Amino acid sequence: MSADAHAAGHAAGHHEEGWFQKYFWSTDHKMIGMQYMFTGMVMALIGGFTVYVFRMQLAFPGISVPGYGRVTASDYNALVTTHGSVMIFWVAMPVLIAALGNFLIPLMIGCDDMVFPRLNRLSYQLFLLSAIILLASFFVQGGAFGGAWTAYPPLSAKPQYNLTPHGASLWLLAVALEFVAFLLGGINFVTTVMNSRAPGMKMFDVPIVVWMIVIASIVFMASVGPLVAGAVMLLFDQNFGTGFFDPAKGGDPVLWQHLFWFFGHPEVYVVLLPAVGIVAEVITTFARKKLFGYKTVLYTAIGTGVLSFFVWAHHQFIAGIDPRMANIFSVTTLLISIPVAEMMFVYIATLYGGTIRMKVPMLWALAFIGEFLLGGVTGIFLGASGSDIYFHDTYFVLAHFHYTFFPIAFISVFSAVTYWFPKMFGRMMNETFGKIHFWGTVIPFNFIFIPLFILGVRGDHRRIYDYQHFPDLMKPGMQDLRVLATLSLVTLIAFQFVFLANFFYSLFWGPKASANPWQSNTLEWVAASPPPHGNFPEGLPTVYRGPYEYNHPDRPEEDYWPQNVAPTGGQ
Amino acid sequence: MAAHRPIATTRSATGIPTGRLAVWWVIASEIVIFGGVLGSYLMHRLGHPEWEHQSVHTNTWIGAFNTLVLLTSSLFAVLAHNAAELKNGKKAANFLMLTCLGALTFMVVKGFEWTHEIQSGFTMQSNMFWSFYYTAAGLHGLHVLAGAIIMLFIAADARKNQELQRVEAIGIYWHFVDIVWVFLFPLLYIAK
Amino acid sequence: MIQKYVEAASTYAGDIDSLILTILAIVGFWFVLAELAFFWLIFRFREREGQKGQYVAGEAYNETKWVSWPHYATLVFDVFIIYSAIHVWYQVKQTMPPADETVRVIAQQWAWTFVHPGPDGKLDTPDDIRVVDELHAERGKTYHFELTSRDVLHSFSVPAFRLKQDIIPGRVIKGWFKPTLAGQFDIQCTEICGIGHGLMPARIFIETPEQHSDWLKANSVAAAKAPSAPAPGGMP
Repeated sequence: MSADAHAAGHAAGHHEEGWFQKYFWSTDHKMIGMQYMFTGMVMALIGGFTVYVFRMQLAFPGISVPGYGRVTASDYNALVTTHGSVMIFWVAMPVLIAALGNFLIPLMIGCDDMVFPRLNRLSYQLFLLSAIILLASFFVQGGAFGGAWTAYPPLSAKPQYNLTPHGASLWLLAVALEFVAFLLGGINFVTTVMNSRAPGMKMFDVPIVVWMIVIASIVFMASVGPLVAGAVMLLFDQNFGTGFFDPAKGGDPVLWQHLFWFFGHPEVYVVLLPAVGIVAEVITTFARKKLFGYKTVLYTAIGTGVLSFFVWAHHQFIAGIDPRMANIFSVTTLLISIPVAEMMFVYIATLYGGTIRMKVPMLWALAFIGEFLLGGVTGIFLGASGSDIYFHDTYFVLAHFHYTFFPIAFISVFSAVTYWFPKMFGRMMNETFGKIHFWGTVIPFNFIFIPLFILGVRGDHRRIYDYQHFPDLMKPGMQDLRVLATLSLVTLIAFQFVFLANFFYSLFWGPKASANPWQSNTLEWVAASPPPHGNFPEGLPTVYRGPYEYNHPDRPEEDYWPQNVAPTGGQ
Repeated sequence: MAAHRPIATTRSATGIPTGRLAVWWVIASEIVIFGGVLGSYLMHRLGHPEWEHQSVHTNTWIGAFNTLVLLTSSLFAVLAHNAAELKNGKKAANFLMLTCLGALTFMVVKGFEWTHEIQSGFTMQSNMFWSFYYTAAGLHGLHVLAGAIIMLFIAADARKNQELQRVEAIGIYWHFVDIVWVFLFPLLYIAK
Repeated sequence: MIQKYVEAASTYAGDIDSLILTILAIVGFWFVLAELAFFWLIFRFREREGQKGQYVAGEAYNETKWVSWPHYATLVFDVFIIYSAIHVWYQVKQTMPPADETVRVIAQQWAWTFVHPGPDGKLDTPDDIRVVDELHAERGKTYHFELTSRDVLHSFSVPAFRLKQDIIPGRVIKGWFKPTLAGQFDIQCTEICGIGHGLMPARIFIETPEQHSDWLKANSVAAAKAPSAPAPGGMP
């Protein structure tokens, strides 16, 4: 303990960092976390721009989209591919895992940095490089890859089919490099949480969000390997004339699908778990309630992670796999709804007996639960093989996964950002503008995707740039639904500028924040707002209790009991 | 100048050194990657019995020799670890150099082997068996190369009696590279 | 209910629709219940003057039962849904009732070629009728289909049948349908297949026996007179 304190004092007074060192070459976990966050925000704008363009084309076919121009069939496919790839790999993953994991983990477990700071810096740099490579693919001959984020061969393997030879390879390289960056990042998360916890912090005293990021990193690592192998094989098919996925050369296109989805399905839980972790932190703080069933949440998270490896072929029910296999995967897929549902029930139960402060972070956390429930139940229609025959590759699928992904990648992230903004930047965001942003996002969100559910049931299939060629899809009311979804999207995007304005204004001129403005228990609120280099210059904390001891009967004078506060005499 | 080492690096709530945890994590991720390649290969091989007409052309003697080379190099890595435990950095460094020599031998032999095969017309494109052969062995070779380069840096530090705990870590990685080859050898060379 | 918006034109369309409605009823009920409980709790426990939060660990049985009972209920209903789903799946994808006729479906970037057996009722005979982007079938007959692709992955989808099946180059994938309703309906490609993926609509014409025999007569004469339209790249 005293050795820790001595070293901490040493470290804090050590550096006089130049601008370059501080902002570009930093090994400080907080700075790296913010680098990931800001990069993710920029990529979110790009992902949002792509969807704005292609939805305008869908609502008003043939229009010259303001800010873009006319959308050709080839443009459409590239935009759709970019939207999906960017949102999953360059927004959801970096923000939920890398930004929050890097910023929060050392603070929440009471130490001064990650175990391998230089490796941490390297992972960000590889990640940034992967984003640059992806964006470069827009500027090469033939343009960006347009084979969807799933990149099924033979379309993705052969230039004569996809017409984007360079774009296809650059896309693949970008994705592969992003995987490497996250594999390296995972090294830090797992070893730091395992080894560098504060004295007194036992396994069940670790905040849920930290556990979730660790479990997500493990699931990611265990699932991405076969896809890395597949990516190498696809790259060789694209550029060196091999035939791994080419039936004419003895290969099998369905092999790619298995390799892709073996990763692709666990991946959705990789991003879900941190989102669910954020919600746990926020609802306990703002309901002033202990988390209902900490162990239940932990075990269901682990159970979900494990089960997620056994469901992948529900993406391939009608892909040409053996129909008997479809039954097995239908069973496993419906069973995985159980631990996830249980987690939602536990969160709802946590509200019981609370005293709920409806601040902006709490509004977002509650919205996550309400919206994600709809996403989850609509998954049942798709996991049931018999009904998937009809719904596969329709907008029903799309609406289902947006009711899960949007809460994951945006709703929980807004909760996290508004919650931890004071800690990150030492200032408070504006509550009123936060509420305007909240309602201006959540209401339009539903008006985008409920129409898309209806369109899916009515037969709209995916990745089609103009429905006018399909008489059965131009029945009365259908185009109106497309227009409604698009106008709601434009509204939603417009309200994001309220957030950006609030964010950047508050960053420079917001009222200064105290160390613990939300009166929360976890260790990051012990550090100053923002924490200095080394996090806890007065000495690293010691932990005496779990993270959610709100309204504990042994501490009547306060309705919270931070983890590092020594017990009172009788305890 | 090197960044100061955070306290986070020196703590060990589990009792296992962080360097070793990190290496096990790297190995776990590599197992899944190689598992993907080899799993795909196996699935294809079982469905294509005619590949035996191709696999008969791999040189089992060279494969066996390279297996011996890698196993011996692993032995040197173990000896390096022993020396490092006894705080004898110079000896550990020398053993690590011998391990690297094994790696170099492996790569050179493979270079000759592949050159001969390519000149005989067995290229990556000529048949799916060869596509997998070059991809799997090539990926493995890249890991041998990368491991050897990292080993050189660790040996340089060890010679100055610095960072001796890394000798064990690179040794663990090296054993993994070895084990992958122990799987590749029967799958690519012996199964005919 | 779906039939109000998309006609049901095959023997199994009604079964798939019933499955969807069953799932909707079960899942819809629990969804509404959960959301109501959720909103009620937010309202009841919103912060008010003098209200303190309670300390509920959620470990004791009389607390956990509020979560474990819904959780077991979910399991029971899941089992029921799985059983119903597999029943429908089996019927559509794992059975092949004896065929009255077989049609061949050839997908390519970016068009459909349908090979009908012609008056002799057999495929691969000189009187086969090849049509681009139109499939003609007779109401009440059981059809087998053989799906092939000339290039990339495609997918044969007929929403009115509630049918969908991906097409893989290098393979022949089989399935079946039996039309029950005369009329014209969309055929879609439901697997992204390049820039023309949205430009390969086709139509299925389900005809009464009289209409179908008229069509056969009209087209087999034409087929006998003119050589069949050459496929790019030759015969599949």
